[in-house]
Amino acid sequence: MVQASNHSAELIENEIIGGVSEPLEHDSSSKHVTGEAVYVDDIPEPPNTLHVQIGMSTRAHAKIRSLNLEGVESASGVKTILTASDIRGSNDFGHAQLSDDRVFADGIVEFHGQAVFAAVADSYHQARSAVRSAQVSYEDLEPILTIEDALKAKSFLGDPIVLEMGDASCALKSSRHRLKGRVQCGGQEHFYLEPQVSLAVPKESGDMHIYCATQDPSAVQHLVARVLGKPANAVTVEVRRMGGAFGGKETLATHFAAVAALAAQKTGRPAKCRLDRDDDMILTGKRHAFLFDYDVGFTDEGRITAIDMLVAGNGGYSADQSPYILQRAIYHCDGAYYLENARFRGYACKTNICTSCAFRGFGSPQALLAAERIMDRIAIHLNKDPLEVRKLNLYGVNDRNITPYDWKIEDNILPQIIKEIEQSSDISNRRKQIRRFNKNSPWLKKGIALLPLKYSVGFTATFLNQAGALIHIYQDGSIMLNHGGTEMGQGLFIKVAQIVAEEFQVDLSKIKITSTVTDKVPNTTATAASSGTDMNGAAAQIAARSLKKRLIAFASRHYNTSVEDIEFKNGAVRIGQNSVEFAELVHHAYMNLVSLSSSGFYKNPDIGVNAETMKGRPYHYSAYGAAVVEVVIDTLTGETKVLRIDILHDVGRSINPSIDLGQLEGGFIQGMGWLTSEELYWNRDGELQTHAPSTYKIPVASDRPADMRMRLVEWSKNREDTVFRSKAIGEPPLNLAVSVFNAITDAVASIADHKICPNLDAPATPERILAACDEMREASMQQLIHQNGNGQFDSKSFSKPRQSVELEQRV
Amino acid sequence: MSTRTSIRFMLGDELRTLSSISPTTTVLDYLRTVEGMTGTKEGCGEGDCGACTVVLGNPHKGKMQYRSVNSCIQFLPTIDGHQLLTVENLAAADGTLHPAQQAMVECHGSQCGFCTPGFVMSLFALDKNYSSLDNQLICDSLAGNLCRCTGYGTIISAAHRMKQLKNPDRFRQCETSTAEKLTQLNQQSDFALEHENQLFFAPSTADDFASLYEKHPDATILSGGTDVGLWVTKQGRKLNTVIYTGKVKDLKKIDVNEDEIIVWTSATLSDLVSAVATLQPDFSELLRRFGSTQIRNAGTLCGNIANGSPIGDMAPALIALGGRIGLRRGSRRRELDVEDFFVSYGKQNREPGEFVEKIVFPKWKPTHRFVAYKISKRFDQDISAVCAAFNIRIESNRIIEVQIAYGGMAEIPKRAHATEQVLTGEQWNEETINIAMQKLETDFQPITDMRASSAYRMQCAKNLLFKLFLEFGKAKAPVNLIGSRGQFNGTG
Repeated sequence: MVQASNHSAELIENEIIGGVSEPLEHDSSSKHVTGEAVYVDDIPEPPNTLHVQIGMSTRAHAKIRSLNLEGVESASGVKTILTASDIRGSNDFGHAQLSDDRVFADGIVEFHGQAVFAAVADSYHQARSAVRSAQVSYEDLEPILTIEDALKAKSFLGDPIVLEMGDASCALKSSRHRLKGRVQCGGQEHFYLEPQVSLAVPKESGDMHIYCATQDPSAVQHLVARVLGKPANAVTVEVRRMGGAFGGKETLATHFAAVAALAAQKTGRPAKCRLDRDDDMILTGKRHAFLFDYDVGFTDEGRITAIDMLVAGNGGYSADQSPYILQRAIYHCDGAYYLENARFRGYACKTNICTSCAFRGFGSPQALLAAERIMDRIAIHLNKDPLEVRKLNLYGVNDRNITPYDWKIEDNILPQIIKEIEQSSDISNRRKQIRRFNKNSPWLKKGIALLPLKYSVGFTATFLNQAGALIHIYQDGSIMLNHGGTEMGQGLFIKVAQIVAEEFQVDLSKIKITSTVTDKVPNTTATAASSGTDMNGAAAQIAARSLKKRLIAFASRHYNTSVEDIEFKNGAVRIGQNSVEFAELVHHAYMNLVSLSSSGFYKNPDIGVNAETMKGRPYHYSAYGAAVVEVVIDTLTGETKVLRIDILHDVGRSINPSIDLGQLEGGFIQGMGWLTSEELYWNRDGELQTHAPSTYKIPVASDRPADMRMRLVEWSKNREDTVFRSKAIGEPPLNLAVSVFNAITDAVASIADHKICPNLDAPATPERILAACDEMREASMQQLIHQNGNGQFDSKSFSKPRQSVELEQRV
Repeated sequence: MSTRTSIRFMLGDELRTLSSISPTTTVLDYLRTVEGMTGTKEGCGEGDCGACTVVLGNPHKGKMQYRSVNSCIQFLPTIDGHQLLTVENLAAADGTLHPAQQAMVECHGSQCGFCTPGFVMSLFALDKNYSSLDNQLICDSLAGNLCRCTGYGTIISAAHRMKQLKNPDRFRQCETSTAEKLTQLNQQSDFALEHENQLFFAPSTADDFASLYEKHPDATILSGGTDVGLWVTKQGRKLNTVIYTGKVKDLKKIDVNEDEIIVWTSATLSDLVSAVATLQPDFSELLRRFGSTQIRNAGTLCGNIANGSPIGDMAPALIALGGRIGLRRGSRRRELDVEDFFVSYGKQNREPGEFVEKIVFPKWKPTHRFVAYKISKRFDQDISAVCAAFNIRIESNRIIEVQIAYGGMAEIPKRAHATEQVLTGEQWNEETINIAMQKLETDFQPITDMRASSAYRMQCAKNLLFKLFLEFGKAKAPVNLIGSRGQFNGTG
């Protein structure tokens, strides 16, 4: 029998550094600030690396009559060109069932900017210069650019979907009040700071190793293999980190991996495809623009009795994930509110713009905007405080808690969150002060709004709720951690490492965080849907526990101590009264032929819905939160300034509060940008005009109000058995930013003494705000309110042409 | 002394001498592909996102001055005689982080990390240039750095934190010796390069510059490169002959006499900011919102006007102020009103071989009110949808003199002659303003584009005239969200 060394006192005394719930810095932060952190484009290029650049369509919808690439081929430095005919496998890199995401256009182009061919040259600049020499002649076809046109033409991606609860038509007819209206919002460019990039390195037997800035290495692997006409085991995909992604590198990174791999396959040389910013913005997908036509019935108090809504998203030229995004939009049309009778009719519209794709929130922010606009409209119509109307409609805790898709909400903590934030933000007094301010301020107007958030987490498709991890412990006790999740800046890697540190009870510094690579953990799900930590953290926990179990069994034999008396604690392993250092135990285990490597597999089979009825359990749980926002607008110019933001948000038990707060603020400001300054603008020919930071304006430092008070809900823990009872944080905060839009609405409405709900579409640019202000002023002056009663005015203003002068272009 | 045919600069502490490289190679490409220093990132290639921010040091009276620039649009020869610092240069040899770096780590200022090197360099320059910081200064200094992850709060905290940290600053320790080395490098400042049919001239005197340009009238004049840089990076143009203004010492200045401010060819916009801060307050507020710190550190007023760039709205401001432009070709000089310089879209009244030698505009006068409004989707670092500039003299409530110019309302920055006419001599009251607002429709027929619709531009132009009236009326209510004339602080 071996005796464990007896220096237990000091060994067990100090808690580990870097366990769960510590507010640690991002694992790469010191590498970020020194430039040491390596992104795909920073990897030293292998000798003879070629550079690929894409030649794009200059028509929104046209047949390609002829494609003359002689000028491209003969341009300086060009080694070869690529077109659809070079593809040995499939010319489809799409994830959806429709098989319509083309690597290169074949005979027809369906959006202005679509990839038609590529030039492969010795240098990036040579390739870029060469693509300009293409001569393409087109036969123009009629393009469809807007949702409205697509609805008219019945141009859809997949079948329309319907979700019904109760009897909306009947309940609408018997409703005391009824309002119809339209809510429209624009899309959003991801504007990850690192443009799309892939480096493909050919290996023996025609295998391919691809370094790709992707959220979904397994999809890149499988789809590139399909494009190359190879089995999946011939392609390995690796990513250490991305310079931001936000959903934009979930499906679309595959395209550029495929292009680089095709160049490498054709030339036998390494090939890199890195997009210039403008090309990236023209070529790649964006958040969906949405249109909602609603018909809502409600009581005198403002409680919704019925709603019927058309929900239509602009999916662009290909399906990508539009059907799923539409689905999530419909699942979030309820906002945080109970709907007894509801009918949602959903359409994913096919148009001739770039494809629309995943973007933080995945359809939910748009749906939430619609829900919250309706709340404001009802409140103004009834001359009530919008917050009271919101509270009246909230999901109940014990009753009124069935969603339109039949999922019972059992973890509703919103009433408490709202109560706390009402107090901490002092909204009631501030509302009064704002009313006073507005009375004495004819030109600048303030507004305030509180938004309650319910955001449901998980992949609706059952098969996506699986994850894998791989942990090796080396003989010296150092640990290598690998899992299927990808790091895009969200802090997934540090959180998973903290979970593993907590499990093994070792300092975080003992754990090596490594690249995500498909030959370590196979068949992974995209790091998306905010589920990175829930799934990969759980998989890593399972792997760690299986190793622990093995080590404990070994220690039990080795030290002749019962399993119950062995515990991993504070950097050591307690064995009965004694203890050994973690590394010592590991060394003994190795010497005694114990495997020190384990995979971990996590699955959640309980999620799934009926494809026909859309009913079931689409999500794992919900995250809650609330935001109070105060803004001031200039009613002469339409400019806005956000003055103060209060947020109280639920992450369950935080694995890393600093990382979570970072996500909270970043997500909120990103959502604020979507709703205010970020405007995508296509001209009548379907050509995107805002394809660079010079024309597309994401928030800058001064747009964040100096007064931003954020707190995590400290008392919350996930009712579901998630890893350490934490909740997801990636997407929910972006939705909270809808409060900015509501506050702007409040400010505009003050012009007509809150008697008319302003027509305002998102983004609320100065132009749209000024138009809404002018409409308010006009209505005020004509005293329409007094003459006709507000109900009639509402219906009139609805039938008026939309405010945006060039609305048809802002698709 | 024969002309130097190489570029010399310090990369961190090391001297670099380069002769066989395309003179339109950007500093960023040079760093990433020649030096293999990949810490500096390309985010946009047009100087708008700041991921590529580097810092240039140059000697000044035995000390070092540091300024941030966008390396993605800066051509390599323009850093001749400077010390080039990147994110890789900041930490001490033993790995101790510079305060700008340490603070970013401590305050969680990085998430994906791709914009971080640029932020670190902007913070470094901020640290070097200011002894104390406030939020406004921090936000102004970071307006040229986009971050899509953090929401900026942690970065702003890092800026404050940086000032509290006492990490050793190795740049201070060797400041004198660096300044000496660079001063030596700058002994013979002019140089000329030839590389695969590309010519690059960097003369050091105005006369040399004028005669070179007269000899090569097809050459591209390069100053800050904040516009010309994009011709290469975005349009893929090949510049065969380039003449650089940055080394011309006698044109790198701003003179201020009793009445006027005279800005010479190669004076940067940053130089201008400090020169006019008190001399012409609203002009300096426009400058605060002109591009970003990085852009103003490189770009020049003369280049901005010479290229007819709408960025920064300098033209409408200068037109309203009655600014003049001095043109020179060889030894011939002529002067015209800034207003007359703009002929049509993309076409200026500048003859081959002629360059903008100076721009002259009046100092603030107590008799006049100069007010400029810039309206854009985003307050900072955006191009205006509408810019209005008013220069007005009112005596005994009567409008004695008025000059109005708008940007964004026509294909060129343009005077509102008809509107001025209905204002001149009239009472300063709402009725007059209402008439003038209508008259703007005679002066302008704006277009619709991605920045704004025609209707918005017109309405906004009218409202800005009304806002001018409000601002100088008796009304006590606030009328501006931001700006030096009473920034709205949210109270009230």
